[in-house]
Amino acid sequence: MPAETIVEVKEIDMTYEGGVEALAGVSLALPEGRISTFLGPSGCGKTTLLKIIAGLIPPTHGEIWVKGKKVDGPGPERAFVFQDFALLPWANVLRNVAFGLELRGLPAQERHAIARKHIAEVGLKSFEASYPHQLSGGMRQRVGLARALSVDADIILMDEPFSSVDEQTRRKFQEELLDLLRHKHKTVIFVTHSIEEAAYLSDQIILLSPRPGTISNIIRPNIDREGRNPDEIRRDKNYLDAVDEIWEILKHYV
Amino acid sequence: MERKSAVISPLVWQLISFALFFGLWEIAGRWPISFAFPPFSKTLLALLRMLADGSLPKAYLSTLQPLIIGIVLCSVAGIGFGIGMGLSRAIEWFSLPVFIILQAAPMAAIIPLITYMYGIGLTSKVLAVVVLAAPVIVMNSYKGIRNTNPSLIQMCRAFLGTRRQEMIKIILPHAAALIFAGLRLGLAMGFIGIVIAELLITPTGIGDLITYHSSVADYPEMFAAIASIILFAALTIHALERLEQRLFPPETRGLEDAG
Ligand SMILES: Nc1ncnc2c1ncn2[C@@H]1O[C@H](COP(=O)(O)OP(=O)(O)OP(=O)(O)O)[C@@H](O)[C@H]1O
Ligand SMILES: [Mg+2]
Repeated sequence: MPAETIVEVKEIDMTYEGGVEALAGVSLALPEGRISTFLGPSGCGKTTLLKIIAGLIPPTHGEIWVKGKKVDGPGPERAFVFQDFALLPWANVLRNVAFGLELRGLPAQERHAIARKHIAEVGLKSFEASYPHQLSGGMRQRVGLARALSVDADIILMDEPFSSVDEQTRRKFQEELLDLLRHKHKTVIFVTHSIEEAAYLSDQIILLSPRPGTISNIIRPNIDREGRNPDEIRRDKNYLDAVDEIWEILKHYV
Repeated sequence: MERKSAVISPLVWQLISFALFFGLWEIAGRWPISFAFPPFSKTLLALLRMLADGSLPKAYLSTLQPLIIGIVLCSVAGIGFGIGMGLSRAIEWFSLPVFIILQAAPMAAIIPLITYMYGIGLTSKVLAVVVLAAPVIVMNSYKGIRNTNPSLIQMCRAFLGTRRQEMIKIILPHAAALIFAGLRLGLAMGFIGIVIAELLITPTGIGDLITYHSSVADYPEMFAAIASIILFAALTIHALERLEQRLFPPETRGLEDAG
């Protein structure tokens, strides 16, 4: 079933002040209701590309189209999960998770009710009153995730959201992410360093070359997930082929 | 048990250290090092006498007036200007070098110049306080704003925060601890400013007590006045420091900037 394109990246070049060329000539179409993953060596411009799509960094050249409209800033249809969490150190978990809604002017009671729901979803129910410095890296990352879920955006941009959690939690989150898509019809654009994670989760994996980042390959694993448990999927031929194929390409960059 | 002894022992050590200090002072005064150097006991008695006859409280009232006016002026204008410097590249460009120099320079040297320009009244004393206190207050406010974690600002924009919300919900809370610390350091400088001003410009308040008693050779009274202003300043600054720790615990200030 071909999905409609929700985000279009058109000929993006990005050169930072000081002359670092992070991206060169990146064009992409990201399908609605699917998971697309950016994968590539450290420093190849994954975060930069994600932030350009989020409207947080203006590209040197090129355009971003979301739902058929050109955008040049953040919008309510996109939410971001930051690689460095970006939590307010002076606010507790509840306020941090509700912060996106606070900025939109939702009354405290309403936004706290929504935030509590998502805090429970990411497994931090008893930590609502804790401050970021009292949480582990993985817990902080979950707070950032809950904050992005709270604003109920159609497109969720995630910068290595599972990099600081243990393997069990990581797998639990991966399942939840797949669930989220099935039930809420969200589009997820995702950065990861893990080949297995990319192959397991993604409908489309965009491999970036080292700096300046260009698209080197696009891989569509085409894994049939219907009615199968995670272990079955991890033994699926298409999954294993995708892992091999990605590794074949990436190992040239090491 | 262990906790308790850990709480008590620093206090005991402090008391021992004070006792030792006052003991040495007593011995040095009785020796005597100089006939103008009174022992601790006589100084303490003089202090009590000055408290009883009301001359010390009266002196404090008149000393604190320009100090408070000066600090309040700095708080409003200095913090405002520092925030402006942090927000606007243009203001930063022309004023940052000035404040870096002002903060490093021995500003007390300007006080005679102030007298020359503004006479010997209240204005001069307020100015003496402002000149010493303003640089650190401005610089701390500026640093507080400028050091805002850029990632938090991006987060605010990603969740559709307006420029105003960015200011009120991110930048100011982030800078609050440094701004408060600036006020505390500014007050410490203000104490220096006002004492110098009272000794150099016109003898009023504590400066008057010191000058008068030294001129009539009442050395215990003179020392009592000096010791009292040192003690008063130290305790005030210390109390502010405790308040600062209470209001802005270091852990919640931002994990990466240690101020
Ligand atoms: N604000 C900036 N100013 C200048 N150069 C930058 C800036 N941000 C990133 N860069 C540079 O751009 C390049 C791409 O950075 P980016 O953070 O997008 O990489 P990444 O693929 O996300 O890396 P990682 O996997 O380590 O997170 C890097 O070489 C980096 O040094
Ligand atoms: Mg990155």
